Amino acid sequence: MKYTVMVNEGPYQHQSSDSALQFVRAALEKGHEIFRVFFYHDGVNNGTRLAVPPKDDRLLQQEWSDLAKEHDLDLVICIAAAQRRGLMDPDEAKRQGLDADNIIEGFRISGLGQLIEGSIQSDRTIVFGD
Amino acid sequence: MATKKFMYVNRKAPYGTVYALESLEVVLIAAAFEQDVSLAFIDDGVYQIAKGQNTDGIGMKNFSATYNALGDYEINKLYVEKESLEERGLTEDDLMPIVWEDEDDDWAEKPSIRIVSRAEMADILADQDVHYSF
Amino acid sequence: MAMLHIVNKSPFERNAFKSCLDHAVAGDSILMIEDAAVGAVDGTVFSSDLKAAMADKSVYVLGGDLAARGMSEDRIIDGIKVVDYAGFVDLTAENDKTQSWV
Repeated sequence: MKYTVMVNEGPYQHQSSDSALQFVRAALEKGHEIFRVFFYHDGVNNGTRLAVPPKDDRLLQQEWSDLAKEHDLDLVICIAAAQRRGLMDPDEAKRQGLDADNIIEGFRISGLGQLIEGSIQSDRTIVFGD
Repeated sequence: MATKKFMYVNRKAPYGTVYALESLEVVLIAAAFEQDVSLAFIDDGVYQIAKGQNTDGIGMKNFSATYNALGDYEINKLYVEKESLEERGLTEDDLMPIVWEDEDDDWAEKPSIRIVSRAEMADILADQDVHYSF
Repeated sequence: MAMLHIVNKSPFERNAFKSCLDHAVAGDSILMIEDAAVGAVDGTVFSSDLKAAMADKSVYVLGGDLAARGMSEDRIIDGIKVVDYAGFVDLTAENDKTQSWV
């Protein structure tokens, strides 16, 4: 079965990113296809490479990044939500005249249409939020 | 592409959190995909379409007029739950008069808001393919 | 055309769970995750509402979330099934669609 997963909260503040990550792992283990994971609202903060949690805590952004690499996942950060919250890839940072970018490998920034298209293409859409 | 029934479930008041505003942004994008789009206003979501919203005192942009523009995008199914209104001491008169123009009926203005009972809302939710909740 | 309702809010703090019960229809399934897991416990002010819903709906709780909150499985309402993430995935596949009551 083909899934699009939506993550609407940032890491740590809410459990939703953890829940979504566990769900995606379990779905992949069962042989399902994750068509896309779309990060919206504060969920865009799952894509920063500048998080440094204490050593004994999980590093959610890295876990998403590693999972994407391992399974060739399409992790999409909403551009409108990302711009509001200061999440930039190199192209977008350049376009906005900013001096830094902060997106972690494995994520890409794109439009809300990616969410709609994901839901059209997928058998199921699962929302994780607060 | 296949057509699916998309339901936007709105259960939160505007301004206190960004969900209402960013939900509306998805709805506007979704219009371009020619899918069957509906919005549900349940619980505190009914405050999103309350009339007379004035954000002068809070330093935030008043985006309530955007709901009036939904008709231009052929989004005209705004289901509002009667019980949610009543529980909050509200009636349909407290909501913005959101309308759409029916091109098949000489561009007659028709109401987009449909007041439904909780039981009807349950059936409407059950009839959808994709549920976005914010 | 059954639906899986995913609830993640404690019924003691927010009305999302109550709203879910008010809108789920016969034959639907309800899964408690995150803070909603505490709603599975028997003998609370909420348990009679959930038991009433169980008359025509299937109710599940994510075991990891229940355990994380210190609630053992022997305290939950009879008839609620405990699932892991694999079971969560199965529920989303078995039902035609899902709605999250965030």
